[in-house]
Amino acid sequence: MYQFDYHRPANLKEAAELLTKCDEAKILAGGQTLIPTLKQRLAMPSDLIDLGALKELSFIKAEGDAIMIGAATPHADVAVNADVRKHLPSLAKLAEGIGDPAVRHKGTIGGSLANNDPSADYPAAVLALDAKIHTTKRLIEADEFFKGMFETALGEDEIITEITFPHPKRAAYVKFPNPASRYAMVGVFVAETPMGIRVAVTGAGQEGVFRVKEMEDALAKDWSADAISGIKVPAENMLSDLHGDAEYRAHLVTVIAKRAVAAAI
Amino acid sequence: MPVVTMTVNGKSVSGEVEGRTLLVNFIRDQLNLTGTHVGCDTSQCGACVVHIDGKAVKSCATLALQADGADVTTIEGLAAGGDLHPVQRAFKEHHGLQCGFCTPGMIMTAVDMIRRKPELDEKTVREELEGNLCRCTGYHNIVKAILAASEEMRA
Amino acid sequence: MSEWGIGKPVRRREDDRFIRGRGQYTDDINRPNQTHAVFVRSPHAHALIRSIDLEEANAAPGVLAILTGKDVAEDGLAGLICGWTVHSKDGSEMKAGGHPILAAEKVRYVGDHVVLVLAETKAQALAAADLVLVDYEPLPAVSLKNSTEPGSAQVHDEAPGNLCFEWELGDKAATEDAFSKAARTVSIDLANNRLVPNAMEPRAAIGDYDAGRDEYTLWTTSQNPHVARLVLSAFVGVAPEHKLRVIAPDVGGGFGSKIFIYPEETACAWASKKIGRPIKWTADRSEAFLADAHGRDHLSHAELALDEDGKFLGLKVKTKANLGAYLSTFSAAVPTYLYGTLLSGQYDIPAIYVEVDGVYTTTSPVDAYRGAGRPEATYIVERIVETAARETGFDPAEMRRMNFVKTFPHQTPVIMNYDIGDFEASLDKALEVADYAGFPDRKEEAAKRGKLRGIGFSTYIEACGIAPSAAVGSLGAGVGLWESAEVQVAPTGKIEVFTGSHSHGQGHETTFAQLVSERTGLPLEDIEIIHGDTGRVQFGMGTYGSRSGAVGMSAIFKAIDKVEAKARKIAAQLMEAAEDDVVLENGAFTVKGTDKSLSWPEVTLAAYTGHGFDTAEIEPGLKESAFYDPLNFTFPAGCHICEVEIDPETGVTEIVNFTAIDDFGTIINPMIVEGQVHGGLVQGIGQALYEHGIYDEESGQLMTGSFMDYCMPRADNFPGFKLGFTPTVCPSNPMGMKGCGEAGAIGSPPAVINAITDALGIKDIPMPATPARVWAAIQNSATPKAA
Repeated sequence: MYQFDYHRPANLKEAAELLTKCDEAKILAGGQTLIPTLKQRLAMPSDLIDLGALKELSFIKAEGDAIMIGAATPHADVAVNADVRKHLPSLAKLAEGIGDPAVRHKGTIGGSLANNDPSADYPAAVLALDAKIHTTKRLIEADEFFKGMFETALGEDEIITEITFPHPKRAAYVKFPNPASRYAMVGVFVAETPMGIRVAVTGAGQEGVFRVKEMEDALAKDWSADAISGIKVPAENMLSDLHGDAEYRAHLVTVIAKRAVAAAI
Repeated sequence: MPVVTMTVNGKSVSGEVEGRTLLVNFIRDQLNLTGTHVGCDTSQCGACVVHIDGKAVKSCATLALQADGADVTTIEGLAAGGDLHPVQRAFKEHHGLQCGFCTPGMIMTAVDMIRRKPELDEKTVREELEGNLCRCTGYHNIVKAILAASEEMRA
Repeated sequence: MSEWGIGKPVRRREDDRFIRGRGQYTDDINRPNQTHAVFVRSPHAHALIRSIDLEEANAAPGVLAILTGKDVAEDGLAGLICGWTVHSKDGSEMKAGGHPILAAEKVRYVGDHVVLVLAETKAQALAAADLVLVDYEPLPAVSLKNSTEPGSAQVHDEAPGNLCFEWELGDKAATEDAFSKAARTVSIDLANNRLVPNAMEPRAAIGDYDAGRDEYTLWTTSQNPHVARLVLSAFVGVAPEHKLRVIAPDVGGGFGSKIFIYPEETACAWASKKIGRPIKWTADRSEAFLADAHGRDHLSHAELALDEDGKFLGLKVKTKANLGAYLSTFSAAVPTYLYGTLLSGQYDIPAIYVEVDGVYTTTSPVDAYRGAGRPEATYIVERIVETAARETGFDPAEMRRMNFVKTFPHQTPVIMNYDIGDFEASLDKALEVADYAGFPDRKEEAAKRGKLRGIGFSTYIEACGIAPSAAVGSLGAGVGLWESAEVQVAPTGKIEVFTGSHSHGQGHETTFAQLVSERTGLPLEDIEIIHGDTGRVQFGMGTYGSRSGAVGMSAIFKAIDKVEAKARKIAAQLMEAAEDDVVLENGAFTVKGTDKSLSWPEVTLAAYTGHGFDTAEIEPGLKESAFYDPLNFTFPAGCHICEVEIDPETGVTEIVNFTAIDDFGTIINPMIVEGQVHGGLVQGIGQALYEHGIYDEESGQLMTGSFMDYCMPRADNFPGFKLGFTPTVCPSNPMGMKGCGEAGAIGSPPAVINAITDALGIKDIPMPATPARVWAAIQNSATPKAA
């Protein structure tokens, strides 16, 4: 790891000020991706601003037809929260499948979204559920948030504070893990929300998480696995690596989407 | 250099660290508690698992300063007053270790697993071990040991 | 028999420290005034070193010294060696290229050692290493595939065409004759995938030179510290043997990868004198991936000749074996004498001929990894036999049975003389435990769930306890493969056993003590097993090749014979009885047919006081040693049956049943033996389904350089295993042991692949059979499968 200065602000205001002030600062949420990245010396921030002391960002609230999750809420908390399990069991299951138990104790939803790793799980949920991302500056719609691999709509001095999820009528997330890393090689989140039906795919696309409109339209007519079994995403947009070529990933998107539809509750 | 203070195995400790000092290095190099091991550099093997405020975390993916003020338990602190923890006993009884290198992390993970899921079955134990690699035992007896400890602790 | 004796599942004594976090591995040790080493490694697969600029790095904070190959040469150190010399068909010696501690002129793989940076802290050493400027002139990478193509780059000038040796074994004419008479032949092309050992403890070393005594101490993660000392002193020239102490403390797994003598520990020992301070180096996992010796990596073509009844007539095998960039410590032996000699499998095959081309490539050196040559041989034999059964319509179990060796001793056409075994016993038991008869029903039931179910066999044989020394010497070994033991009895009767075997997970502190307890009647707490320190143990060959039971314990057995004989003599004089009338039973010496008895401590104390017996006839003291050289290899064998279910939509293979029935001869501690089998199975199944060390053909970069891309087997990849034993007692060592450490990794890969190809109805699928490969195989398969 390269040298950096470590800060542990006591509140969000202080954190935002530090972020503006420091030259090449990075936000440290749970650190489960950032710290391994720093260890590989793939990043060289001047300062790390640890949100660990900001209890105000770690919460789960159920209000009306929505679930609000603070950005610094660890995956493990989302996985076991009674409100999430009741209204958004698909999200609880997704959270329960991120990384391993130790990672889930530290890793946070805000950190995962801000990093927008192409094989992370949460982006699929946010996009499929049409969640709202609240930041220190504004509210960002899910469709506007993800801008391609490791890219988001977040400004340089903007911090995610909360994510608001609607209660879906039904939803499910199914992940096909990379055998080695166990990150999503293909993860599909399907959801029927009051705003419509969405299918979001993570892990497979060259541009990160993406929606499959054709599947959404088909499911709107007929919510069944069969309805999408003939729909294949174009292989040329898929990632290709040691673990599976683009053709295989494109095929898996359909298979996993079907399984998600069948599993949706 | 910043000073970090935390409770480790019931004792208050503090030391000067760099921003980049990992918790595992603080524990091993400054506190001389070498039971916590480093087996990889991508935070996947789990040899470094300790408990922070009662929860299993990877001390190789945690900065020492992140644990400032926290209550940390390492493998050395698990045997309260010298009596082995039931999970430690079960690992010995069921031959859940061979070279012993992954063992501290395995045991710390198992203790946390049983805390969170008192009703364990074999499939759950195997899934819960996703973040802990062992190259010797083929996991067979680790799974057996955790199930046995879980049963004993439930009784 | 004592309650801790042979055959009892005694709980391990070493566990007490490990479960409390009190083990002491090399990286847990810190020496006063210690410094830290970082190696600058080659980023290129193959390149000439034009120049090395150290100016900036030397000026970096905390830097103590920066050393290069030039410094190594100035100090007169030689390179590393290969301890086994193989000869080609034409009688010429293998063409060994130099293996430098630090590369001075040329680098030959990504991770090759170029510069050693020594600094006060590891962070400072890393920062300074970043400032070392090496100017490289890149050369083309050399892969296993392209190594022998005309125009390929040359890894070593000494080896034209990158051929280190062209080895053969067996009778070529007799084999051709068998094929000419065959009713039918079966052929198969097989790749044995490259594996990265990945013991959980990365390699580490601390070199510490004591100027006052002019002595070096090296703590290192070794499976054989005495061999390390011998190589570093006699061949590399770090220090005279008596001025170098090598200590291998607790070692976190080895699987072969810690047998070898590497540049890192050599450099730490050597440089500690140069800077006058201790030097510690600990690999991170990324370095382990790059610079630990890898395993396997063969390409083979095999043909089997059969008569009209399905009896095997002959086997021909041609193999290209990747040796990597340099010959590692035992690398020449692995694809030759540890491989070709096992090609008869459990079968009576009248004629066998094998050719192996050992080639250099620009990859990490390849050497012994759990099984070492024997998994590669078993993979050939068990895949081609299964293929033959399918192509001739025989039941795979019955085709094997029909061709089994049934009488012993049996001389194979490839050196080995099988001393004992009962292959039908393990097959029959495996068929029963795996419920082979019920398989069709299970397959049908799985099909209803949309899953493809398959079953695969492997009836393997392997060879452990490589021996006797004179025989292996005649085959090219540069060392003897005996083992030593010293049994030292204290005046109070407590026993210290000094063994040349080394435990890095095998549980010797328990099993070796069980033997001593069995022989003396002493409780385990009165027995200490000491190993892993050249300063305490006189000599030893170390632990690998499943040799520590059959060879290491036999040495202890022989030393105890001597101790017992002397103690009985003393006891006889003390009790004024005839020596032949004195027996040692339950920890006491008694005179047969009388009530005269002396306890073990009474006799041992007398041995040291010298009272009550004639010290002119019997020397005082009680300490004996033995060097045991076995009479033959041992031949563990068994039957593995694997049952898989494949999801045709995703290509995911699930192991639903795995049965391993083994013959390991006498078993000292069944709990520990089962643990060895479990671990071996996971490494073998890991090879078949998950693990693959991949270098890019073009750039020679290691593509699977971390656990993110190299798929390590995890707990949820496996069901519980079904084990059983059908022992036959080995006649070539005093306790009848055979060895159990590698069998799991040797027998299981073909069982898994045979099960997958059975499920898919295809001839072959390359290892590892990843979901992507299985799915592609289904797409390409001629017969469409129900989804």
